[in-house]
Amino acid sequence: MLPIDPTKKLSFNRRIADGDLVIVYERYDTMKPIKVSEKGVLQNRFAPTPELWTLVLSHRTQILYIADISFVVMYLELVPGCVVLESGTGSGSLTTSLARAVAPTGHVHTFDFHEQRAASAREDFERTGLSSLVTVGVRDIQGEGFPDQLLGQADSVFLDLPQPWLAIPSAAKMLQQDGVLCSFSPCIEQVQKSCEALKLYFTDIRTFEVLLQTYEVREGNFGSWQDSDGASSFLKGCKKRQRNNLEASGTQTVIARRNGETRGHTGYLTFARLNCSM
Amino acid sequence: MSSKNSDETLSGNRNPRITWEGCSVLLDINDGDRVLFSRLNGGAKIKIGNKNCSLQPLIGCPFGSSFQVDVGEDGPFLSRVGPASEGNNLGEKMDCEVMEECRDNRALVDNNTAQTLTGEDIDEMRRKGVTGDEIVEALIANSATFDKKTAFSQEKYRIKKQKKYAPRILVRRPFARSICEAYFKKQGEKIGFLRVDTLSLLLSFANVTSHSDVLVLDMLDGLITGAVAERLGGMGYVCNTYCGMTPYPINIVRMFNFSNETCKKIVHASLSELQPSSRSENSTSIDQIEDDSDIGKVQNKEMSSPSTIDLVSNIESGKSIKAGDKAPLDAINSWKENGFSSLIIAAPDLDAWSIAKELVPLLSYSAPFVIYHQYLQPLATCMHNLQTEKMAISLQISESWLREYQVLPSRTHPHMQMSSSGGYLLTGIRITASEKSPA
Ligand SMILES: C[S@@+](CC[C@H](N)C(=O)[O-])C[C@H]1O[C@@H](n2cnc3c(N)ncnc32)[C@H](O)[C@@H]1O
Repeated sequence: MLPIDPTKKLSFNRRIADGDLVIVYERYDTMKPIKVSEKGVLQNRFAPTPELWTLVLSHRTQILYIADISFVVMYLELVPGCVVLESGTGSGSLTTSLARAVAPTGHVHTFDFHEQRAASAREDFERTGLSSLVTVGVRDIQGEGFPDQLLGQADSVFLDLPQPWLAIPSAAKMLQQDGVLCSFSPCIEQVQKSCEALKLYFTDIRTFEVLLQTYEVREGNFGSWQDSDGASSFLKGCKKRQRNNLEASGTQTVIARRNGETRGHTGYLTFARLNCSM
Repeated sequence: MSSKNSDETLSGNRNPRITWEGCSVLLDINDGDRVLFSRLNGGAKIKIGNKNCSLQPLIGCPFGSSFQVDVGEDGPFLSRVGPASEGNNLGEKMDCEVMEECRDNRALVDNNTAQTLTGEDIDEMRRKGVTGDEIVEALIANSATFDKKTAFSQEKYRIKKQKKYAPRILVRRPFARSICEAYFKKQGEKIGFLRVDTLSLLLSFANVTSHSDVLVLDMLDGLITGAVAERLGGMGYVCNTYCGMTPYPINIVRMFNFSNETCKKIVHASLSELQPSSRSENSTSIDQIEDDSDIGKVQNKEMSSPSTIDLVSNIESGKSIKAGDKAPLDAINSWKENGFSSLIIAAPDLDAWSIAKELVPLLSYSAPFVIYHQYLQPLATCMHNLQTEKMAISLQISESWLREYQVLPSRTHPHMQMSSSGGYLLTGIRITASEKSPA
């Protein structure tokens, strides 16, 4: 998925090779990932990006989507070479983007206490070619905290846990000076408790909600009122009316509006910076 | 940054979390009331209120430290705020109080007589070298109404006075995040009103990652170029393109603390150089381009344009970092052959479709592109045309919505003010023009 090997970077999937992972675009609203075999014949194959992967991965848990993911990566100030800790791994939707941001020299240490989920995530990272960038650990982060070997190593920490406040003291110990923590929680009560816990070690505590709205675009064809014939054109039905409008060649213009149905809430993102004078 | 990080240090093993002589910093005064960029070197100064202070004490301190103005024998100077008083998050001291709040403000009358200290009294205190914190305490002691206020408004009063009489300066790392936020807040028009959440989406949609070669048309004074270079970490190029002779200015790139390696990968090339040339290349015109190519080059010694003064005040002197050279010929040739791995367009004053038409074909197949605009309509038209010309698939226009919250015990709510427009993104994936694509 990522051009980790610099010698391959410019061949960026000009040709699909046997065994490549591609994303197949079936219709405007359906995509799926497949492994290419010599026999397969399909149009519309795409080199996978974390964005496409998030759309096609198998949902083993609630996952993070692109708006939250992008904002997290930006606010955690992730750049190539960073070390980032994550818990829980869940379906690995965020992990993939974290890996892209820290590649090729950084590393993502991600932890989930659910053994099967951790295993499935590991398999996925194998498939998407990220296993050299991501280590999946099985661990109860709320109960035991992050492992001591990572003490003071992390540039950033990300938490998507039911009781993040339990993991915050440990997260603070893992972070480097001025390192950034982010906690994602769907409920405001969780945020409230997390912020209380954060105050002991962190400063610059800020909570956001970010949503994505998409637009529908089409060519509009509006007849002029003067050319219409009162209710008669209206009663003659839709098809006729459209034809009339075309003939009258009213105003043809590209029009856009927000798509009707959208995600109204995902979760609150709370960011904080390790207080550097402690 | 981890020890593995091979790039983002200028001279080997400097700790990038501690400021150094000549580094660029973002100074955040009073919780974002004022933000400015500075380069830390001997002579750099900052004006706070009516006092001029040297930035010398900031050199060698960890990013994230706070400073305040103290007055010594030689006049005002910046001193680091100790751990105890650092972090002035509203509400820290009042956790238990708010719950059992019984005071209310029915008895408060606002008739400007509540404060018995006059302006002259305060000036007099300052002349005698009384510290800002002490002035704030004196103001509280001399306020007839302070005790009657609710704990919440007491805290608000304290913060208001503290901002005025004992301002705090927070030293931040200049990152795409903080730079974009600072510009959006103070000089939005310079960066086409691109909000930080939209910028973050843009970088994701464009799949910017190390070892990719990103073509940009950046008319946001280098914000896009810098944000992309930050994600490339010196591995892979960000190539700024333009029509005609003169590359676009990329002043904002100076504010990042980029390594020489990263700077070398920030290049420019004109559209005609990047396009497959049917007519054989005309050497004289190439020479001309070379002559003018310094214009887009970033040099710290250059004076910034007047409109950027507020944010870039002290960036003019110091070590000269060069970014924005002409793209090397071998790189141009390889792009011509293989295409770019992503494309980002941010041109507030040009027609999006006329640009996309030329630049999308320079991408390799299956590569993503993103076009930013602060208005919806130009993108809608562009999307329609890309669709009709079958140049791209997975076309989508999106807009990000961002709301910040105040989180306090029993007082959690969204901020009263929010930005309702952070711009629009048109995204898509380039496809082969012919149905018979190579398999
Ligand atoms: C909502 S999911 C995370 C989704 C993930 N952010 C994504 O984008 O795919 C939360 C995960 O946290 C894990 N979890 C819950 N409590 C945990 C604990 N105490 N320690 C480690 N993981 C835990 C759960 O098993 C679950 O997989």
